[in-house]
Amino acid sequence: MTGKLIRHWAPVAAGTVALGIALTGCTGFGGSSSGGSGSGGATISFLVNNSDTSVAAAKELAKEFTAANPDIKVDVQTRPQGSDGDNTIKTKLATGDMADVFEYNSGSLFQQINPGQNLVAVTGQSYMSDVSDSFKPVVTAGKDVYGVPFGSGVAGAVLYNKKVYSKLGLSVPKTWADFVSNSQKIKASGTVPIIQSYKDTWTSQLFVLGDFANVAKAEPNFAADYTANKAKYATDPAAIKGFEHQEEAAKDALFNKDFASTTYNQALDMLANGDGAQYPILTSAIAGIQANDPDQINDIGMFPLPGDDASKNALTIWFPSGVYIPKSSKHVAEAEKFQAFLASKAGCDAQTKGSAPSGPYLVKDCTLPSNTPPAVQDMLPYFNDTAKNSPALEFLSPVKGPNLEQITVEVGTQQVSAQKGASLYDEDVKKQAQQLNLPGWS
Amino acid sequence: MTVNQTAPAPSRQRRREANSINPGMISRRRKGSPYPYWFYLPAAAIYTVLFLVPTFASFFFSLTRWTIFNATFIGFGNFVQFFQDPGLSTGLRNTIIYAILTSGLKVVLGMLFGVLLTSKMIARGFLRSVLFFPVLLSSIGVGIMFSVFMDPDKGIINQVLSIVGIQGPSWLADPHWALLSIAFVDVWKGVGLATVIYIAGIVSIPQEFYEAARVDGASPTKCFWNITIPLARPATATVIILSLIGGLRSFDLIWAMTQGGPGFASDVIASVIYKQYEAGFYGLSTAGNVVLFVIITAIVLPLSIFLNRKEVEQ
Repeated sequence: MTGKLIRHWAPVAAGTVALGIALTGCTGFGGSSSGGSGSGGATISFLVNNSDTSVAAAKELAKEFTAANPDIKVDVQTRPQGSDGDNTIKTKLATGDMADVFEYNSGSLFQQINPGQNLVAVTGQSYMSDVSDSFKPVVTAGKDVYGVPFGSGVAGAVLYNKKVYSKLGLSVPKTWADFVSNSQKIKASGTVPIIQSYKDTWTSQLFVLGDFANVAKAEPNFAADYTANKAKYATDPAAIKGFEHQEEAAKDALFNKDFASTTYNQALDMLANGDGAQYPILTSAIAGIQANDPDQINDIGMFPLPGDDASKNALTIWFPSGVYIPKSSKHVAEAEKFQAFLASKAGCDAQTKGSAPSGPYLVKDCTLPSNTPPAVQDMLPYFNDTAKNSPALEFLSPVKGPNLEQITVEVGTQQVSAQKGASLYDEDVKKQAQQLNLPGWS
Repeated sequence: MTVNQTAPAPSRQRRREANSINPGMISRRRKGSPYPYWFYLPAAAIYTVLFLVPTFASFFFSLTRWTIFNATFIGFGNFVQFFQDPGLSTGLRNTIIYAILTSGLKVVLGMLFGVLLTSKMIARGFLRSVLFFPVLLSSIGVGIMFSVFMDPDKGIINQVLSIVGIQGPSWLADPHWALLSIAFVDVWKGVGLATVIYIAGIVSIPQEFYEAARVDGASPTKCFWNITIPLARPATATVIILSLIGGLRSFDLIWAMTQGGPGFASDVIASVIYKQYEAGFYGLSTAGNVVLFVIITAIVLPLSIFLNRKEVEQ
């Protein structure tokens, strides 16, 4: 009888146990685990995106930091890049499962993780005085500052092959007209003038995003008006230029023949080998070229995407990610020490050891190594003079539509006109602003 | 679904036989043993927690502006916004084209292969497994493999075409071809399953019909049109419904091959929804899922009733 009873109840019990395991596994009450190690020190976890450059820099940072603070160990963890990474970050924050310090975007995406609710403010920390004043606004929510920079500044610009330029006797263009005439000469010589790589769709946005410095110099109030729903890409004569330039280049057949199926890495190879002369892209690509084609890195230079007015020629710059401390961290004091290390010259040097910087650091006293690639050196004069640069729109406004990359692919492949593309993007932006519940959009 | 309806009588009969063989079972049930009901409990609990709760939660969250951290109730705002999405009309059109194209090709090809592979031919078993093999592969793997094959210059497909003097299109990068290319891959991958269903359907047709037809002098073509096609109708209904549902909510293959691109040229509803989720518009994305659920139900339910009613009338 008892044997029979057990046999009857066994599946029920097993099912209940399985369910219990499933439930606890789902809800994740655990919070951040891995407490202090046995030897009296602590281990803090450090979550970074899984790109080669980030991981290499983070590992070197962890090593040097532990060398300076022997009682604190740093465990580097990785997450996906892009929007998968955004969702990972949000989920981890919402469930209290976040690492003790983590790297995440500054600017508009930073605002979407509810800094006030989820992060430890570091406004009054002494090490914040070493962080560049231009960086602080992009990691500020309300009155408080939350992060220190990780990595170096980046620009949205044109990388070009200096060998091709010198062979054809071309000079760096300051206006769009010069750029087009250069491109026609390059085309006549049999080289691809402008490289595009739509297999990796994000690379198609640079004509628009990298042109923002020209928009900002022509209309200094654009970002504020745009946030307040008073300016539109489709109706603003300066803003629509980016779309029009892409359309014009496509119509003139200035792109590589297989641009629709070319990948980012193939594009970098083309540029490095001189098969293509100019590539509008984020300058973080310099690190990619250095990794894949180190012998050609000195052939690569950089100039801003040119606009109409040579006297207002300016560079669109992107700020590096920030490193933040979640409120769920059990090692806030150690995490702050780590932030302080990041905001010091020793921190920059450690990152340089891990991966060569593709732009200037945003921490006081940090220097670039003497063997910095020429393309990075081309950026420095623009970075150092605010009259010659503008932050990208995503650092000046929380409004950024998610579908720009598909829309610029449509414009670049001539499925839609520049005008239509710009108004499609305005629709896209409206959706995002409404989801963020911004004033003036409902 | 259809299989159950085609053979209700024998199963009822079998049950009766089983009961008469083992009368003890009936008496035990009459005593009111808790055994069968307890057995349901774990499954019911798991079903409730992992299916019912999320389903009803998603109906609720589709009515909110939801950032993971907090949710604000906004009524039907998400649905209004979802239907205003410029990508949605393209997505809807592409979904319908994709579902009808893949479903239609699977029916036609599945039927032909089914007839072929039930006839007396050499290496029938081997050919059956060859045809079924793609079904076993992961969609993502197939997607990545074919996006390599379909590369306009270096891909094997265009290289083979160029041998016979055809300049193949850029299958996945050309907006006119992208959706069709994915549909062909979907058919390549799914036709094995349709064929297996057809083989089962064709094998179950009694041989007497064919023998009688042959005695009357019917040609193989006549046999096919007048015996195989009508009597394999349950199989056709199953293949249509299964592949239509699959086509309407297809996502993995499209995402692996083009991510809805170039531009929005191969976007379907499922990928539009995924992009909303990616952008962090969780409420909007959930609303999209509710819309997809309603659309699939609205198309498949009447179709299923229609196909099955015809069957009963026969």
